[in-house]
Amino acid sequence: MARTPIEFRHNGRDQAIFVEEGSNLLDVLRRGVGDFAPKYGCGQGTCGCCTVLVDGEPHLSCLTLAETVAGRSIETTSGLGKGVELHPLQQAFMDNFAAQCGYCTPGMLMAAKSLLDHNPSPSRQEVVEAIAGNICRCTGYEPIIAAVLDASSRMSGRRSA
Amino acid sequence: MPVSVKTYAGVEEAARALSASRSARFFGGGTLVMRALNEGTQAFDTVIRVTDPALRQVKPEGDRLTIGAGVTMAAVLANRDLAFLHPVARSIGGPAVRTMATIGGNLFAACPYGDFTVALLALDGAVTIAGGGRALNLDDFLKVRDREPRVIVTSVTITRPRDAQAFRFHKVSRIKPKGISVLSIAAHLPQSGGRVNNARVAYGAMGPTPLRVTGVERALEGRSLDASGIAPALAAATERLDPPTDALASSWYRREVAPVHLRRLLLNQAG
Ligand SMILES: Cc1cc2nc3c(=O)[nH]c(=O)nc-3n(C[C@H](O)[C@H](O)[C@H](O)COP(=O)(O)OP(=O)(O)OC[C@H]3O[C@@H](n4cnc5c(N)ncnc54)[C@H](O)[C@@H]3O)c2cc1C
Ligand code: FES
Ligand code: FES
Repeated sequence: MARTPIEFRHNGRDQAIFVEEGSNLLDVLRRGVGDFAPKYGCGQGTCGCCTVLVDGEPHLSCLTLAETVAGRSIETTSGLGKGVELHPLQQAFMDNFAAQCGYCTPGMLMAAKSLLDHNPSPSRQEVVEAIAGNICRCTGYEPIIAAVLDASSRMSGRRSA
Repeated sequence: MPVSVKTYAGVEEAARALSASRSARFFGGGTLVMRALNEGTQAFDTVIRVTDPALRQVKPEGDRLTIGAGVTMAAVLANRDLAFLHPVARSIGGPAVRTMATIGGNLFAACPYGDFTVALLALDGAVTIAGGGRALNLDDFLKVRDREPRVIVTSVTITRPRDAQAFRFHKVSRIKPKGISVLSIAAHLPQSGGRVNNARVAYGAMGPTPLRVTGVERALEGRSLDASGIAPALAAATERLDPPTDALASSWYRREVAPVHLRRLLLNQAG
């Protein structure tokens, strides 16, 4: 099978890697780069647990053709924290019990990050819309919505301080 | 199955490669093409991409607007000229689907998908094809879209609604805010002196492709948009339609509820 070289930024670091033609970004991240944060749920775009940011915008990595990210910047949950210091979204997810089994969490976090990057003070309805493509089988969504709103107010507190 | 990915700078070259091969597919945003690849499709083994930024342009031309086939739902939402299409784009998938899904791909999406195309049909859409010369009416195009050899759509030109009230869209789904269509309806209802003049009404998920309901359009001509004015249109709401049965709704159910949703749309009571 033909292998194509591609280069992209992965959580701020340059990556150069050979990909099998036609493979999806989720496979490349997990098997090629060794970033196991984005999860495989359905491979069909319906669950959202593979959500990553490509140039700041949310993408389903299972539906992203690897070749299309050449030269672009990918962010995953692995890049959220700094060492042991959690990102405010991660801290808010913990404090609000927004993760149970945790399988949806990496996708939820990236969908939420994309929302807060564009809209630092979203309404509850805007949070619901932002995570509408992400399925959670455990929490019933309420703790996740609460966590995103909580992170938003913590981050705005930090900005005004 | 091994897949080969061919990337072209220009649309014309890509169109030649596509028409020369029965086992190639054009790659738009890829939400449906990648699904098929992930499932191990045998239907195609070559994927054809075009990087030409012209496919992602939106050009106003008098009372018409040309939207590149590569424009994504997210790009529609970011464009003020396309404000009347924002409710339509927002009804498709979740945010991550919208950053990827293109209007070109929506033209080919199998039922019950194709919500954006329903709106384009109501707005008198005309499709431009690479190397194809004159634009084709969208309703004619949809009848032959799955035929070989495959073509590349470069843009769709639509009528800009005269005012915000003239264009209406309603999608009925069981899950909110993100759900697949039980059916969707779009209508362009320009009025002069309180009477409808040149109505165009289209449905999604009521047949194999999005379709115009010309019986409804004719019944609305010269009428006012009130309970008695729209009665003949409602009587024609499902004339000659054979809606599909799928996991979301039966054919019978779609036929029963279509006139209810059409009434709400025409009376502006859709919510
Ligand atoms: C989770 C999920 C939810 C979805 N929800 C909806 C929804 O609510 N409503 C809806 O309508 N759709 C929905 N879809 C389906 C799909 O995402 C959209 O219809 C989208 O617009 C398809 O566009 P694409 O660019 O991704 O298509 P692609 O996957 O790139 O292509 C689809 C087909 O169109 C052909 N094609 C694409 N562009 C062109 C072109 N320019 N010229 C010729 N052929 C072309 C391809 O060859 C292929 O056969 C959903 C999909 C997913 C995964
Ligand atoms: S694995 Fe990508 S959406 Fe489910
Ligand atoms: S925490 Fe288990 S799926 Fe969301």
